[in-house]
Amino acid sequence: MTPDQIDALITALTVFTLAILVGFAVISKVPATLHTPLMSGANSIHGIVLVGAMLIAAEARGGVSQALSLIAVAFATMNVVGGYVVTDRMLQMFRKRPAPAPKPASDEAEA
Amino acid sequence: MSTLQIIEILVRIAWLAGAVAFVLGLVRMNSPATARNGNLLSAGGMAVAVAATAILIVARQQLDPASFGIRASSWALIIGGVIIGGGLGLYAARTVKMTAMPQLVSLFNAVGGGAAALIAIDDYLRIVGGGSVRLDTHVFIVLDIIIGSITFTGSLIASGKLQGLIAGKPILIPGGRLVTLALAAVTVLAALILFVTGKPSLALIAVILAASLTFGVTMTLPIGGADMPVVISLLNSFTGTAVAMAGFVIDNPVLIIAGALVGASGAILTKLMADAMNRSVLNIMIGGFGGGDDAAGASATAGGSVRSISADDVAIQLAYAQHVIVVPGYGLAVAQAQHAVRELADLLEERGVDVKYAIHPVAGRMPGHMNVLLAEANVPYPQLKEMDDINPEFDRADVALVIGANDVTNPAARRPGSPVSGMPILDVDHARSIVVIKRSMGKGYAGIDNELYTNEKTGMLFADAKDGLAALTAAVKAL
Repeated sequence: MTPDQIDALITALTVFTLAILVGFAVISKVPATLHTPLMSGANSIHGIVLVGAMLIAAEARGGVSQALSLIAVAFATMNVVGGYVVTDRMLQMFRKRPAPAPKPASDEAEA
Repeated sequence: MSTLQIIEILVRIAWLAGAVAFVLGLVRMNSPATARNGNLLSAGGMAVAVAATAILIVARQQLDPASFGIRASSWALIIGGVIIGGGLGLYAARTVKMTAMPQLVSLFNAVGGGAAALIAIDDYLRIVGGGSVRLDTHVFIVLDIIIGSITFTGSLIASGKLQGLIAGKPILIPGGRLVTLALAAVTVLAALILFVTGKPSLALIAVILAASLTFGVTMTLPIGGADMPVVISLLNSFTGTAVAMAGFVIDNPVLIIAGALVGASGAILTKLMADAMNRSVLNIMIGGFGGGDDAAGASATAGGSVRSISADDVAIQLAYAQHVIVVPGYGLAVAQAQHAVRELADLLEERGVDVKYAIHPVAGRMPGHMNVLLAEANVPYPQLKEMDDINPEFDRADVALVIGANDVTNPAARRPGSPVSGMPILDVDHARSIVVIKRSMGKGYAGIDNELYTNEKTGMLFADAKDGLAALTAAVKAL
């Protein structure tokens, strides 16, 4: 390995390690009620693999490589689009909205 | 600096911005108020990263055709893949029922892992013709293929189990553990040969790929359906790690950052889920008491009689109560009775009854899943109380209405010596009166009797959650 290659490897490992620590720090603060949307949200984030799939598709030569990268792009896009949309659908339900059937005010015991 | 170099720098900065959006998006998911916003921020970061990548590809092909070449076919691949995958993902995400959402998340996880593995396979096909392969290149490619493949087939099996395509109960293949161990051994051996010799070998990579894909199946099949949420969460973490490995393979920082983020978050989430069930992740993966029928002999109660109660009696209790706490569980999710419970609660509130919901961390199929189901049925968020907040309130509750929840209410968890010992539970037995809606005296997934059911304060309303709630609503209306 050349010194440059060693540098690049160490830099990548550093980024990897620090990102893991950030992941731990961010997640440990999330309340349990949001764990399912959170899992789904994290699931969409690893759809970033789409960037990699696009890059290999751009350089695909030959039928095998083209087929592999087509599947990779399709898989990754499904992960991204489906992941964000389904997470949004879940979170949409947490938003406050006007009560569909207004209740008599007197009945709202310690609301 | 050439134009292409400037663009390369700007694209890397755009990727970094995307990574920042992912982190900030996760931070915003801390609170229900900002969570949706956080998800949109994260999606925005993704859009920026993907758009920057498209620009980079155009720039490389236009400005340096000698190195990168202009290939219309590459755009056909990218656009075709985006349309196919995006269409399927969008359709599935928009049409799925909220109760079926865990298996869809698992499916999206599977394809993410598959994509990461494909990147490594494709990269290997390009270098396999050359001479020796550097150790670090080999390590990242092999890890990417192993983890990505396991998560691909494992998530598909998990999804199939939750969807009911594959039997939810643990499937025990004779000698299955040995097969799993043998597959692991073959994978490790093949990887070591590659690392030590440094010679590229397509045959060995094929062996690793086949063994890992099979490993994902044999690892997940013997795990019971009730443990699937933990498994999905673990596989989600795996996919993140596989994507980070893919980042090392193609030397892409945003894949490394986002992958590591998800790898870490998935690991924490998996541990939290397992903790809430008083189980270790290892225990689940090698199959503990989640064996269902296997553990049925480990009964903690010496029997005792069960009191059956009619819907009319329950309706009177509820209608004249001051404080009612609803304890929704897995049975409610399966029966899709979230709207029925909301209807009953509305009716009671109109009569001046204070209704709250006690949400155990693992109620439903995933942590927080119950909140999603109840939110879908328009249950006001402030009425949903987490376990630590609601437990003191059971002492002054007139009626605790347990709907399809079992192990999370079992007082046996307070004593040592039972499979659920030490698991945090809802103090349902502190309520003045307890009503359990349940289809039968069947056991929860811990496979033990629930002492709550033989408590003298408990009345059992034997019904499907949806039918039982409908009967209650009708009975309350008739009062």
